[in-house]
Amino acid sequence: MSVFSKERYGFLARSEILGLLALAALIVVVVPLSLDIFRLNLVGKYLTYAFVAIGLVLCWGFGGILSLGQGIFFGLGGYCMAMFLKLEASSVENTKIQSTPGIPDFMDWNQLTSLPWFWQPFKSLPLTLIAVVAVPAVFAFVIGTAMFKRRVGGVYFAIITQAVAAILTILIIGQQGFTGGINGITDLRTLLGWDIRTDHAKYVLYFVNAALLMGVLVLGYFVRASKLGRILVAMRDKEDRVRFSGYSVASFKTFVFCLAAALAAVGGAMFTLQVGFMSPSFVGIVPSIEMVIYTAVGGRLSLIGAVYGTLLVNAAKTALSESFPQLWLLGLGGLFIAVVLAFPNGLAGIWGAWIAPWFARLTKSGSHGSAVANGSPAE
Amino acid sequence: MSTDPTNPHRPDLLRRRLLMGMAAAPFMGLAARSAFAQAPATAAVNTTGLAVTDTEVTVGILHSVTGTMAISETGSVQAEKLAIEQINAMGGVLGRKIKIIQEDGASDWPNFAEKAKKLLVNDKCASVFGCWTSASRKAVLPVFEQYNGMLYYPTFYEGLEQSKNVIYTGQEATQQIIAGLDWVNKTKGAKTFYLLGSDYIWPRTSNKIARKHIEGHLAGGKVVGEEYFPLGHTQFNSVINKIKLVKPDVIYAIIVGGSNVAFYKQLKAAGIDLSKQTLLTISVTEDEIDGIGGENIAGAFACMKYFQSLDNPNNKAFVEAFHKMWGDKTVIGDVTQAAYLGPWLWKYTVEKAGSFDIDKVAAASPGVEFKGAPEGYVRIHENHHLWSKTRVGKARADGQYDVIYETADLVEPDPFPKGYQ
Amino acid sequence: MFEGYSLGDLASIFVMQGFAGLILFSVFVLMALGLAIIFGQMGVINMAHGEFMILGAYVTWMCSQIFQNYIPALFPIYFFVAMALAFVASGALGMLVEWALIRHLYKRPLDTLLATWGLSLILQQVYRSVFGPREVGVDLPSWMMGSLQLTDTIEVQINGLFVMSLTVVITVVVAFLMFRSGWGRQVRAVVQNRVMAGAVGIDTEKVDRLTFGIGCGIAGVAGSAFTMIGSTGPTAGQLYIVDTFLVVVFGGAQSLLGTILSAFTISQAQSTMEFFLSGSIAKVLTLLGVVGILMLRPQGLFVLKIRR
Repeated sequence: MSVFSKERYGFLARSEILGLLALAALIVVVVPLSLDIFRLNLVGKYLTYAFVAIGLVLCWGFGGILSLGQGIFFGLGGYCMAMFLKLEASSVENTKIQSTPGIPDFMDWNQLTSLPWFWQPFKSLPLTLIAVVAVPAVFAFVIGTAMFKRRVGGVYFAIITQAVAAILTILIIGQQGFTGGINGITDLRTLLGWDIRTDHAKYVLYFVNAALLMGVLVLGYFVRASKLGRILVAMRDKEDRVRFSGYSVASFKTFVFCLAAALAAVGGAMFTLQVGFMSPSFVGIVPSIEMVIYTAVGGRLSLIGAVYGTLLVNAAKTALSESFPQLWLLGLGGLFIAVVLAFPNGLAGIWGAWIAPWFARLTKSGSHGSAVANGSPAE
Repeated sequence: MSTDPTNPHRPDLLRRRLLMGMAAAPFMGLAARSAFAQAPATAAVNTTGLAVTDTEVTVGILHSVTGTMAISETGSVQAEKLAIEQINAMGGVLGRKIKIIQEDGASDWPNFAEKAKKLLVNDKCASVFGCWTSASRKAVLPVFEQYNGMLYYPTFYEGLEQSKNVIYTGQEATQQIIAGLDWVNKTKGAKTFYLLGSDYIWPRTSNKIARKHIEGHLAGGKVVGEEYFPLGHTQFNSVINKIKLVKPDVIYAIIVGGSNVAFYKQLKAAGIDLSKQTLLTISVTEDEIDGIGGENIAGAFACMKYFQSLDNPNNKAFVEAFHKMWGDKTVIGDVTQAAYLGPWLWKYTVEKAGSFDIDKVAAASPGVEFKGAPEGYVRIHENHHLWSKTRVGKARADGQYDVIYETADLVEPDPFPKGYQ
Repeated sequence: MFEGYSLGDLASIFVMQGFAGLILFSVFVLMALGLAIIFGQMGVINMAHGEFMILGAYVTWMCSQIFQNYIPALFPIYFFVAMALAFVASGALGMLVEWALIRHLYKRPLDTLLATWGLSLILQQVYRSVFGPREVGVDLPSWMMGSLQLTDTIEVQINGLFVMSLTVVITVVVAFLMFRSGWGRQVRAVVQNRVMAGAVGIDTEKVDRLTFGIGCGIAGVAGSAFTMIGSTGPTAGQLYIVDTFLVVVFGGAQSLLGTILSAFTISQAQSTMEFFLSGSIAKVLTLLGVVGILMLRPQGLFVLKIRR
């Protein structure tokens, strides 16, 4: 890669390195030191949504592909992980009161007498880890290829992803013998014998999650600075010109859609590990659209903004719903409208337009907002 | 907010308190023994660090007040608040007033788990009254078991579960289903059944039990159809046509939520006359009839443990108190009544155990009785479900049920029924 | 699949299922017409469409209460008053929303999607606060209930007939407005070339506002009609939104005729499958079929050739 050879950390601007360090300091040092384990676990849960938001920045902010079905991939990743954990929790001695010991409890309730074939691979952790990324990516590839080759884009793509999310939800809920139905897969206990429910495990998982998130962010910056990233932005702004220049627009779109799906799936798997269950309520339309708002609040062009946006919206949700449950929906709805009408570039836009210049004046050193550098989407 | 259905208006609170005291009078006799006893020292009744002070004990209420489930769960919140207000008017539990922390499950199962954890870990609630759907209960169950909390769960549900940390104040499936099927078989001579349900675990498990009972225990019993619809489905014309062709003796419907409204309206519009066609449901309480409209469901039979029209002194006092607190038009369904039992059962259990400690309360629960229950007498079984009677009601056009049958004895709860799995 | 049914039974199945399909078709058309106008003609994705419908349903409910309590003599015809009021209420709210929100977003269709989703959350909470979280039941005048017995096994539901005739009337009115009235000419001109339309003196802002208002008003009437067959609660609107969008997209967004034909195709497919399969599976298969066909023919069944 040419960006590597020119200078060290060539794909990261100085301000971006500073931003990454500040975020790392926040989620690895400040948050764990200032919150008790219950709240820390909550933050860990929010950070799993940030994976989806980062994927959406790549796919929607840079690529101009708005998917209203990211919950599909978050859910698929989460379900893959949950299937492994559930099999481990359903050992023969744990389930000896069932009519068929050794299979998950909900299968027993639904008169299944043996493990379905597609559950078999999830007996092995390596296969599960591969499946967590591969299943959603392949699913995204199928959807993406079919749609982008036919030049379905924009609004139509958004509506079709929604329909797919609806189909998957009905299927998961309806096939409860195989999937746990509307209850989801619950009561997950151990990972290779290691109890994931203890406070200690929650700390460990939080830091694993934080490290993964930082890694994904760096990956995001790399993609954005690479040729691929530049083609994405070009495609978003003038798709036909890119096509006439000889690029296979559909392949690039499919790739970024798969990447976003894989990132969402990693988030889903981490969610399952930290929260201890997976439910079809993540696959549906409502959570999928809610995940888009995290990205929009953070600034749809800012990778790091996506993390702050996710944290801010979820913290507000928890705080408001603890004290004023009725207000929460009004607040969320207002947020959607405000972000679209007044702050199309979200937190990153506010940072770039107001706070960064103020900083610059204060320190007299030139640091430019990364988000603004990419330009606004021209639709 | 112009109206908050789960929050009584403040200005007339004093007057209401007085009324509540009067309304609770029937309960006083049986509970006075312990209610006004000298309050024991906090250190003695709370050894595990729960939120209990010399004057107060904190409990949680965890239901959805927003989202799709708010339709159903509002009644439960109202009943729990009523029970707690009445208990406080009588002097509280072990001399301590009950303080409520209410959290919103927002119809989102993972959110239930998060809020349950908050109530147990952060707020140290001595008990939690809450959850409605099976999915929300499954989501919070590991939390209650891990952090050792106490949950009073009010909904009739599918069974197949039993936990030290949960008291199930609604009926499990066999209690609700078998008596009703026997009744319809005996009095109507019903042999063929068409099973319908919303597509999730409770209707499916219930229909499974119903099918086993119909085919195994009823003379000549036969299931002639079984079908499920996605939650929120609103088009039932196709299945209604099928029913018209098959002409079953009984339509056995376990449809929930908004789909109910569509189903019964379309049934009526299709000319199926419920005074001629027997329809037995276990999912339509007075709450649901509010949305369906009484004239659309009049003549249908429902099988559950409580109806608002139940004629006994306990229920009269309960209905009156409920209406004083929440308005005359509020209806009371089976689950609402079961939710009302929760705080009372907890109070009696704590007093029997002489302690708020979760382990002691769980151990003392079996055998605890509530003679003032609106449904009559209930007692906690060793499996943490309730012994209760099962009743059949016939829907009237005004949205109430006429109770036309009740089991002679209390029905034993059997969450893991042999031969029905 | 057909065993156990006699030939006569099969004939009545065929007729009654056809009728059930026609009711579903009318429901889809009612849902989709308003959306097709807003989405197809203006390119605005109105995720709050379901909430505009529910507003119509609540207006109907209030009317039924008022007529029952104050002028019971006129109760048999209250439904017509309710539908008119539902149109006015939803239409007025729609015009307000267009003025406050939508007109700032015409260049950003994906953003209208987010903003109107926010609007739908707010409306849901407002309904919950004003009307309570419980569902409300709308009483119908007795002449609208029941069914006509044609033969022993074939019955026709009166409210089904009512919904169908309503659909026909609304479709004819919309078609007339669109293709015969001055407003319709202006709308079509704006859709085809906004700048040029403005240059020849059409007040495009006014046309937009009116179009959005009429689309929402039709949603209100649809909501009013739905009180006969479905439920009215704060979140009931969300149930319809995906189906509705699929109908519109499947038909080809700019074509009203396409919307109607796609509603027909989807409803007949769904009601036929519902008879032979379970409700859940029928729904999945229908959605899958629509998504599959859209992948093969993304522009929908019918396309209007226009210069973008």
